[in-house]
Amino acid sequence: MTKSQAAGQTRRERYEAQQRRRSLIIAASSTVFVLAALVLLVPLAPGWQKVQLSFFNGEVLLKTFPKLLEAFRINVMIFAWSAPAIAVLGLLIALARDAKSPALFPLRIFGAAFTDIFRGVPVILTVYLIGFGIPGLGLPRPWNSPYIWGSLALILTYSAYVAEIFRSGIDSVHHSQRAAALSLGLSERQVMRDVVLPQAVRNVVPSQMNMLIALQKDVSLLSFIGPVEIFRQAGVFKSLLANFTPYVGAAIIFLIVTIPATRYADHLMARQMRERR
Amino acid sequence: MSKTLTLAATSLALLSTAAFADGHCAAGKTLTDGKFTIATGNPAYYPWVLDDAPENGQGFEAAVAYAVAEEMGFAAEDVVWVRSSFDEAIQPGAKEFDVNMQQYSITPERDQVVDFSAPYYTAPMAVLVGPNATETEPSIEALKGLQWGAVGTTTAVPKLASVIQPDNDPLLYGDNADVNAAISANQIDAALFDLPTALFLSAVMIEGSKVIGQFPADASDNPDQFGMLMEDGNPLKACVDEAIAALDSNGKLAEIEAKWLQDTTGVPLIK
Repeated sequence: MTKSQAAGQTRRERYEAQQRRRSLIIAASSTVFVLAALVLLVPLAPGWQKVQLSFFNGEVLLKTFPKLLEAFRINVMIFAWSAPAIAVLGLLIALARDAKSPALFPLRIFGAAFTDIFRGVPVILTVYLIGFGIPGLGLPRPWNSPYIWGSLALILTYSAYVAEIFRSGIDSVHHSQRAAALSLGLSERQVMRDVVLPQAVRNVVPSQMNMLIALQKDVSLLSFIGPVEIFRQAGVFKSLLANFTPYVGAAIIFLIVTIPATRYADHLMARQMRERR
Repeated sequence: MSKTLTLAATSLALLSTAAFADGHCAAGKTLTDGKFTIATGNPAYYPWVLDDAPENGQGFEAAVAYAVAEEMGFAAEDVVWVRSSFDEAIQPGAKEFDVNMQQYSITPERDQVVDFSAPYYTAPMAVLVGPNATETEPSIEALKGLQWGAVGTTTAVPKLASVIQPDNDPLLYGDNADVNAAISANQIDAALFDLPTALFLSAVMIEGSKVIGQFPADASDNPDQFGMLMEDGNPLKACVDEAIAALDSNGKLAEIEAKWLQDTTGVPLIK
């Protein structure tokens, strides 16, 4: 009887639709309320005008934004050559740590020491040490370029993290698969290459995406040893104009890149969760 | 006996503080009444402040600070030193200091956000070159071909871009120490500093480096003039300006300069 009355809806469905509408209205009004409070109340703070002038100065933003965008090209460049190197070195370190043969024990020790050291030292210290230290040994130009050695510092630090993620991926492939593959007559090397790694790498893609996003921001640390990338360029404007707006401009450029990347990583993660279920 | 003496000295000191506080232009305008709070860099560099200890009054800026304080009616013990970075000095809101002295160049853009005192020093810019470039001629033409570096927060950056216009993009650093490291690592040939800093770095910090030339301070349209930085609209400005003007006209400023800043006449002008 309820069916005919409610044009195809059960009482339960009606109730649920009503609940959905209600929560939608509550969510919308609470969002509007919070936004309105921010927009209306923050400017009432006594220092707002000064803060606006120093951090959100449209005139300064307009003047500095093109130069910031140009400097961002350097970030992209450093990122572009560092990321593949990190992926390769990270994988090699992970494999070194996974070496099973007793003769390769030194390799395992090396892998462990590498990850311990480069994960434990602040990135900026590695950048300084390698960026100024190695060229200080007396390398001729252009081999002492801060671009080369600064990138190497990033590569070493990030491959330590990336190696750990790869290792967790390798561990996530069940041991029975290795055993099964070995019993089919595959060599250890073939098992790793054809059975374990394809699954391991697939499993850790979302986590590695997060590393890429982090790397993209940490490229800015190279500004400490000379390259005028976006962060340094913003700093130059900041001190010339005595205004922090260029930093906000730099943040906007970073967000334009990182937000889609973060969303994509989330999407990959969600898809993986669905597939595993 | 000694106790009475101390007591007498203390009350005398108190009396003298009270005495100036009424009549002088700084009365009631400082952060703490009766004290003059001056900020400097962390660390503060030679020859502006010796041994990173401004309270000793040694070094050009430390000496100027105490001379200005005295002119404004503060005893040496009423000068309080604090440290600040450039960012703290320009951030909006209340400041932790009455004046901030760390070789701030006065520029119209900065002047919109903070106030500057009358200049206490006019600094010519000078070229410091590393061991591999000491034979470079002091001419704009020859300088263009070098790999340049500078401290990114200084007015040396626009000066490089507008006057020298180097062939390669300059590398920029966070502070003097990092520029030293880059010169030592032969990553840059030359760096632009104010002349006293350049002379100090070449004499003490970087072996084999040399100051090969200076830009005439008055020839360019915008010579670097150092001023004390204050919060925008600080009522103390008139008082500080008056003190600096007095020190300028009675020759005290020139005297301090002669004492703490090396003779700069030996450095050739860049053509």
